[in-house]
Amino acid sequence: MPRKLTFAQAVREAMAEEMRRDPAVFLMGEDVGGAGGVFKVTVGLLEEFGPERVRDTPIAEAGFMGLAVGAALTGMRPIVEIMFGDFITLAMDQIVNQACKLRYMSGGQARVPLTIRTTLGAGRSSAAQHSQSLHAWFAHIPGIKVAIPSTPADAKGLLKSAIRDDNVCIVFEDKMMYRLEGDVPDGDLPIPFGQADVKRPGEDVTLIATSSMVHVALKAAELLQKENISAEVIDPRTLVPLDREALVQSVRKTGRALIIDEGHQKYGVTAELAAVIQEEAFDDLDAPVARLGAADVPVPFSTALEFETIPNEARIIAAVKATWGPDGKKR
Amino acid sequence: MELGPEKLKDMYRRMVVIRKFEEHIYDIYTRGLMPGLAHLYIGEEAVAVGACAALRDDDFIASTHRGHGHLIAKGGRIDRMMAEVMGKVDGYCRGKGGSMHIADMSLGILGANGIVGGGLGIITGAALSARMRKTDQVALGFFGDGALNQGIFLETVNMAAIWKLPVIYLCENNQYGEYTAASKVTAGHDLCARAAAFDVPARQVDGLDILAVYEATQWAVDRARSGEGPSFLLCQTYRYRGHHVGDQNTYRTKEEIEQWMARDCIRRLASRLTAGGSASEADLRAVDEAVEAEVVAAVDFGLHSPMPDPREVVEHVFA
Ligand SMILES: Cc1ncc(C[n+]2csc(CCOP(=O)(O)OP(=O)(O)O)c2C)c(N)n1
Ligand SMILES: [Mg+2]
Repeated sequence: MPRKLTFAQAVREAMAEEMRRDPAVFLMGEDVGGAGGVFKVTVGLLEEFGPERVRDTPIAEAGFMGLAVGAALTGMRPIVEIMFGDFITLAMDQIVNQACKLRYMSGGQARVPLTIRTTLGAGRSSAAQHSQSLHAWFAHIPGIKVAIPSTPADAKGLLKSAIRDDNVCIVFEDKMMYRLEGDVPDGDLPIPFGQADVKRPGEDVTLIATSSMVHVALKAAELLQKENISAEVIDPRTLVPLDREALVQSVRKTGRALIIDEGHQKYGVTAELAAVIQEEAFDDLDAPVARLGAADVPVPFSTALEFETIPNEARIIAAVKATWGPDGKKR
Repeated sequence: MELGPEKLKDMYRRMVVIRKFEEHIYDIYTRGLMPGLAHLYIGEEAVAVGACAALRDDDFIASTHRGHGHLIAKGGRIDRMMAEVMGKVDGYCRGKGGSMHIADMSLGILGANGIVGGGLGIITGAALSARMRKTDQVALGFFGDGALNQGIFLETVNMAAIWKLPVIYLCENNQYGEYTAASKVTAGHDLCARAAAFDVPARQVDGLDILAVYEATQWAVDRARSGEGPSFLLCQTYRYRGHHVGDQNTYRTKEEIEQWMARDCIRRLASRLTAGGSASEADLRAVDEAVEAEVVAAVDFGLHSPMPDPREVVEHVFA
């Protein structure tokens, strides 16, 4: 029986279930204990697991990420919460130079079963240092798996897989989605990395969307349907590994692709996925691959400006129509 | 704990292994048989050997870019180290890490590190892990005077202190970071005060005196094992050679180098052994010769090991 859970509840359930299953799993981060986290995702975990396993850290991102790497190397399975994704910049050396490289540099000796949870997404008037979507940075680096779930069910299943994985995994949660409700199946059901999910089937155009952009794409698809354009919405769910086959198959069927992601457009996820499609489905394309990322400006504060930077339904619809040329009419 | 003559002779031997290993590194490097960078530990042997003599096999160390001495002191195999620095497949990392990344997880050697201060998080995390797994393992991090000025030093010592982690921060003050004197870029006349600010007990140690290093480390290990938390050791030492092979040493004087060399740590222990009657000059010469043969064999092992198959380039990214 599926239950309705919020995204935050689903993430919490995944952690609680994994901590019950394996005593090596523990959580650390700023205010994850008594306070239950800034986004209230970890509420109740301290009561169940105690302060050793639900560890409030000093405000020292590089330091506690470094501790997590060392703990992972020596038999523990840490989950590190980085409150706002923007703050992960302080821990980049520990992630990029240490965690991601240790296995390779040691010729396969080291094992780093580290899970990092952090947030992305604009939309809260939090301005440029609390709104970035930096997932592409990590997808760029060999040695780390990257998940970017869009629904409570995916968030739970992917986080469970991340925690059980013997590699460094990072899961990006859109802070605007924590209260989003969705059906979550009962039982112990990790979702394997590397499996895209078709969120809405369609025939005329493929909308590849990530994280909260999936919901924007779904709304746009509904509106497009009224104009007789059938859009398929497909969510890669993990950027590394990437389910190339599923994306390519969808585009082969529809002949058109629009990629929507909340990271900055230049050199970002949309660029990489567009390259994948043209490499593998060039002959099936009826139009150039289109893409919508966040505007290439720092995220501004004012609501009048902030929403200008994020892809929305109107922009998706316009971009889809543009693939049919200047008149925008479907053949 | 008093050190018996056998243990002292073993410590002498290990220091000689490091020195001769590094001399052969210089040789193969200058003959073009080792690519990359070579940071030699010559002159600092007493620190690694004295510290590791106080550790158990199942304790952890984290090392630095100048790591050969630490690895040998903790029990690393010199033949596999030689193969690694040459980029060969029988190296510790199958040629994927090189001199700055040798690790032996089975010996608790959590890796040399190419990032100054890069081992501080790892070693503090190993201490946290030892605690959470309810073992009495301790973790010792070697780092240079350069890393004292990295922010992560403050961050990790702070966490070790609030959580009373079984970790030892061992700073090798060899007086220089690359080509810059530590005194020019490091504030405070008493560097131990940096640890004291966190209520972490600290000791300054003559890093050329292996017994002093051993004794101080044993004190820190006892504290860590009995749950008293972290300690900080500041070992004063000196590297005889340049920052790396090829460094022309223009930033320090010949007199300064000679002054430190006059107090050589290996000769110092040798005199103690012969004066105390634990070993004769001839005994020590025999050790030196046996070690030389062992290191030559390790170089040979490296030279004869094959290069990795190019297909291995994609292996070991993920478990
Ligand atoms: C983060 C970082 N910055 C700079 C360097 C370049 N670098 C390599 S070794 C070194 C000097 C380190 O000095 P110290 O920590 O005292 O160690 P020593 O070489 O004296 O043993 C520097 C600056 C580096 N490897 N990592
Ligand atoms: Mg130095």
